Amino acid sequence: MSPDLLKLIFGRLGIDSLPLHEPILVGTFVMVALGGITLFAGVTYFRLWGYLWREWFTTVDHKRIGIMYMILGIVMLLRGFADALMMRAQQALAFGGSEGFLPAHHYDQVFTAHGVIMIFFVAMPLVTGLMNYVVPLQIGARDVSFPFLNNFSFWMTVGGAVLVMASLFIGEFARTGWLAYPPLSNIGYSPDVGVDYYIWALQVAGVGTTLSGINLICTIVKLRCPGMTMMRMPVFTWTSLCTNILIVASFPVLTVVLALLSLDRYVGTNFFTNDFGGSPMMYVNLIWIWGHPEVYILVLPAFGIFSEVTSTFSGKRLFGYTSMVYATVVITILSYLVWLHHFFTMGSGASVNSFFGITTMIISIPTGAKMFNWLFTMYRGRIRFELPMMWTIAFMLTFVLGGMTGVLLAVPPADFVLHNSLFLIAHFHNVIIGGVVFGAFAGINYWFPKAFGFKLDPFWGKLSFWFWVTGFYLAFMPLYVLGLMGVTRRLRVFDDPSLQIWFVIAAIGAGLVFLGILSMLMQFAVSFLKREQLEDVTGDPWDARTLEWATSSPPPDYNFAFTPVVHDNDAWWDMKRRGYQRPLTGFKPIHMPSSTGTGIILAGFATAMGFGLIWYIWWLAAASFIAMLVVGIGHTFNYHRDFDIPADDVIRTEDARTKLLAGAK
Amino acid sequence: MNTDTHAAHADDHHHGDGHAHGSFSTYMLGFVLSVVLTAIPFWLVMSGALPSKQITALVIMAFAVVQIVVHMIYFLHMNTTSENGWSMMALIFTIVMVVIALSGSLWVMNHLNSNMMPMHEMTGMK
Repeated sequence: MSPDLLKLIFGRLGIDSLPLHEPILVGTFVMVALGGITLFAGVTYFRLWGYLWREWFTTVDHKRIGIMYMILGIVMLLRGFADALMMRAQQALAFGGSEGFLPAHHYDQVFTAHGVIMIFFVAMPLVTGLMNYVVPLQIGARDVSFPFLNNFSFWMTVGGAVLVMASLFIGEFARTGWLAYPPLSNIGYSPDVGVDYYIWALQVAGVGTTLSGINLICTIVKLRCPGMTMMRMPVFTWTSLCTNILIVASFPVLTVVLALLSLDRYVGTNFFTNDFGGSPMMYVNLIWIWGHPEVYILVLPAFGIFSEVTSTFSGKRLFGYTSMVYATVVITILSYLVWLHHFFTMGSGASVNSFFGITTMIISIPTGAKMFNWLFTMYRGRIRFELPMMWTIAFMLTFVLGGMTGVLLAVPPADFVLHNSLFLIAHFHNVIIGGVVFGAFAGINYWFPKAFGFKLDPFWGKLSFWFWVTGFYLAFMPLYVLGLMGVTRRLRVFDDPSLQIWFVIAAIGAGLVFLGILSMLMQFAVSFLKREQLEDVTGDPWDARTLEWATSSPPPDYNFAFTPVVHDNDAWWDMKRRGYQRPLTGFKPIHMPSSTGTGIILAGFATAMGFGLIWYIWWLAAASFIAMLVVGIGHTFNYHRDFDIPADDVIRTEDARTKLLAGAK
Repeated sequence: MNTDTHAAHADDHHHGDGHAHGSFSTYMLGFVLSVVLTAIPFWLVMSGALPSKQITALVIMAFAVVQIVVHMIYFLHMNTTSENGWSMMALIFTIVMVVIALSGSLWVMNHLNSNMMPMHEMTGMK
């Protein structure tokens, strides 16, 4: 075939795009391929494809979509953590003339992929998954406002993750750092596909994130059950509302910045180039207008989880509910006023730097108020040290530390010394792991019995907890020290042998975290095997306070047979206190949305389009785009969008629960 | 559309409480206003009625802002009470965000430009 024809068909994709010369990648590919084949064969052998398609892939049930988000987050955590282990090992080894085991070309991709995956495809899915699962239950709704959109959002997030994973074996990923600053990310300095993978993975996933934000805002504003005024909403719902407002307000900025960068790369515009009137600084400015709210998008729901957990396991109403709500709202607004603290050193004058330094320090006030609220909730409470509460305590200690180094970095002169050093790396891992990851784990341990009907095994959970917490401190405290000594981030080899011991300690810490992750997987497996012993038939295993515990575990498809009526904060606690009797008769048919495959098909085409654009396979991009339009328009003619669960089915489900409850007493 | 499908979809046609609907006259009023508000800027540019380009540009921007307000009132049916006040709240939030992002970017980029671009002198930015 002529080269022209090959180029027309395959774009710039060729046999040399496969990283056959990198033994680490070939080894990984073999392992992944073996795992994939086993999984595929297993699913086929047990004839599960139909079940998965009908009950999971095409579902519009917010609970199942929430669970799928969590699975995506945990799978991607394994990938992102593998990158982390490689970096720690490289930095511990590359001393005294040793080059370590990662060539520069590969190492740069590893640290970029680590950042991108951990933020976009681990933290975001975990947070979105929990919000998706819990929010409709907490407000007494039957589903989200737009159930089909919810399914579509999830699959778009998966599409982005698929593109990032594909870059591992087809071509390469960006070598620019997780925010792909130009001019390095411009076509002149990054001519290969790495940055294009980055752009299209984030654009595809970004559509999902934005739509899911709109969906959840609408759900919280419109679908609250009777009596649940805004100031009676559980704090987790409040923080979810604020997070989704942040998503809707900030993700369009990311979309536009990446679109402008792609115009620079694809059609030769000069938005962010060094010459022809372009300004790379504008990219940094704009991406942080998105980037700073993004970290609050992640941490606010975690604050919500800790609020629920603290009041449940202290057996007390949350201290300072109103101040908690206002603190959340204030953080929401303030998070838009601090973005410049990410580039104090870029050359703004003293007035700009001091303004943004001060706004940054002010954020610690509402955050501190929250911390005191949790402490006062615990004060004189009957605290039960179950797993969610343990994660919460670990969060409170760890996050305060991370917050204080954050305030330190907010002082511009200090930032001039510490900018881009390992001190910064230690700081943001301190708040993201200590805040978001611990929060997600607290949430998983807390709501798992709700989702599956049995508790998680405490032994492996505690093992995982201690490995994670000690591992975290061992891994990141040395980085604070190194950062204060002036070691910058993203280095591959070191000259000064006296630094090595700190990197070795950090690597040991990462190893402990690895054991923590393995223990967590073990915890899931053991809990599944011991599900009879760990079973929860009451639907309220923790003696909790909010509405999601009023229904069975796992909740029926329709969540609540009768829409609850709320008279107080902590609606379920109030119902229990007033001797609430479950209605046993009078069930009616329940109107529900139908499953649809449109979401996964649309997202599949979107991913194919991204792949075509990355490799300049224009026919594929155009064809997938047209296919998306056709499927999208076709879906508007689908009139089978809803059905009624017959009253008989509702009666059967509710009677089964009545029997279970009677057995439990 | 046959009545069958329509009945099946009666549920889809709910609207929230306090959702305002326009009448023929409000739509026409909005239409006429937006046409007028578009025509005047065109006329300003074509005829060069105003003394300088800068003033023309500023006046056009002012017309654009009025145009936005007309659209919001007559076409998006926004007022202080629609959707229990959520529309107004969302609007205020949006304006706050846009003002922060735009004015902040201008301020920041102006500083960066003055301090970091080699053609300028490093003075005047305190």
